Amino acid sequence: MASVALTHLDPASRAAARGWSDLTIRNLFIIPTLVFLIVFNIFPLIYSLGYSFTNFAANRSEPWQFVGLQNYRELLSDDHIWSNFVITAKYVIVSVAGQMIVGFGLALLLNRSFPMKGLITTLLLLPMMMSAAVVGLFWQLLYSPSWGPINYVFGLGDFAWLSNPDSALYAVAITDIWMWSPFVMLLSLAGLSAVPQHLYEAAAIDRAGWWYTFTRITLPLVSPILLIALIFRTMEAFKTFDIAYTMTTQPTAELIAIRLYKQAFQQWDTGKSCALAYIVLIMVLAITNLYVKYLNKVKER
Amino acid sequence: MAAVRTSSEVAFNRIAIAAVLIATLIFLAPIYWIASTAFKPKELAVSVPPTVLFEPEVTPFIRLFTKRVQMQKPVDPQVYEAAPWWEKRIYDGGERVLKVGNDVQLSQYPNRFMNSLIVAVISTVLAVGMGTFTAYGFSRFKIAGEADLLFFILSTRMLPPVVVAIPMFLMYRMVGLNDSHIGLIILYVAFNLSFSVWLMKGFMDEIPKEYEEAALVDGYTRMQAFFKIVLPEAATGIAATAVFCFITAWNEYAFALIMTNRRAQTAPPFIPSQIGSGLPDWTTIAAGTFLFLLPVAIFTFLLRNHLLRGVTFGAIRK
Repeated sequence: MASVALTHLDPASRAAARGWSDLTIRNLFIIPTLVFLIVFNIFPLIYSLGYSFTNFAANRSEPWQFVGLQNYRELLSDDHIWSNFVITAKYVIVSVAGQMIVGFGLALLLNRSFPMKGLITTLLLLPMMMSAAVVGLFWQLLYSPSWGPINYVFGLGDFAWLSNPDSALYAVAITDIWMWSPFVMLLSLAGLSAVPQHLYEAAAIDRAGWWYTFTRITLPLVSPILLIALIFRTMEAFKTFDIAYTMTTQPTAELIAIRLYKQAFQQWDTGKSCALAYIVLIMVLAITNLYVKYLNKVKER
Repeated sequence: MAAVRTSSEVAFNRIAIAAVLIATLIFLAPIYWIASTAFKPKELAVSVPPTVLFEPEVTPFIRLFTKRVQMQKPVDPQVYEAAPWWEKRIYDGGERVLKVGNDVQLSQYPNRFMNSLIVAVISTVLAVGMGTFTAYGFSRFKIAGEADLLFFILSTRMLPPVVVAIPMFLMYRMVGLNDSHIGLIILYVAFNLSFSVWLMKGFMDEIPKEYEEAALVDGYTRMQAFFKIVLPEAATGIAATAVFCFITAWNEYAFALIMTNRRAQTAPPFIPSQIGSGLPDWTTIAAGTFLFLLPVAIFTFLLRNHLLRGVTFGAIRK
């Protein structure tokens, strides 16, 4: 009897009549994930927002006091913190610019057919798949002033890349460029291969020069994907912790994430660290917003 | 146009390929250096000028896995003769392997390596499992505020680890999850879940809805259709997502550094901590690094066709 009635319904409703409804399944599939993320990401952030208005110190047992906006006021007027932000900005600019240039350059070179192209592309992508902390560690060996191959190859004598205050930050940036140029290369290759071949053919018929073709055809068509690479790498470079932390202890290379780590887990200035974490968080979320906006744009194409 | 190539184009093409090969060599040189150091005799690791070609040996790996002490006087020839080949290598270096009775005492490395494996595998299974269900939900059903929810999910991935670690450290301390596998697994699931949802949604969107609709007409329930039709179709996507999540968890450093110190410590914070003070034994450190990087290198080759998708959260598919 029931089966007769069911034939009047669309497939989804008929299936629903037999098992769980689509609404139940939807909720069952989605809600646990949302709850998990809220409990383990959002709730802790609310918790630390509360602490950011206190003078709480996690290594002392005495009760904490509510200090209002004092932590934020102190942080924003602290020259040391500003210098950490300046160091971070320098690092972001140098390493992301390096990655964009090297990565896009490699992609331009690779964007042609030749034997073993797949193998070479994959080999070039290896660095970005590795653990940044471990990469930082073995670059210490490469940079070693007494027996490092880098100084030997470039004839730099005993130049101490990582313990020289002037060069430490740039040495870390060079390692980061080595590690992440492949990322820019990968995205650029996708952008380049999507440029319609007939545009180049038309340009060739018009006897357009290499530079003209590059700036009028290649760059405009690849730029959306380059922008994605740029925003993503900027965000990641801004958050950098592992690679710089394992490579050097120079104060001139103390990025904001390292500063935050030291303040929270070495000086145990928990309340103030929570406030600094929030300042960093707001900056990261602003970049994330931008990133997702452009990601959706590329997706729609 | 391909047919009519001028000689200058051919020449330019050759130069470009030569440049690619040189760039590849430069990019691989640091990897060659760490891999080769893992097979070098101790004195060659720090030789000036640096040694490129040498006779490889496995002694650094023996040192990596054992606890040793410096010998005060030369080893008794009879003991030396009776020792297995790998122990002789340690005697050759003027050290002896520490033992309890007849059992060789292992270094901390195998333990840290196992911790990495346990945490990475379990967190991957959970993140990919939950992510697959959620991705299906987002792919097939109407959800109010879908774009905002997806942004929220992705934004959790972008949170700087140190920022999340401060409150998590305090909460874990309260409930006793500091320095535990479970504590680290939860953090890695939270970190990888958003990635897994986004990547799996891309794969789910590619599976035609008509497959399930046909199954529903044939009398399947929605759940049966999901398990019997959708999941097998999504198998490649699930595998690729799992490998990505595994690599991320395997490589993770900041959470592991802050949340673990002994019992549950993983390899990434452990390997750099071996440097310590004084003259580091780079061959042993390199051996540990080599073994740690090997799975990632293998996985990179397995994943090569999905890398672009993975690093753009499924947005760009090639």
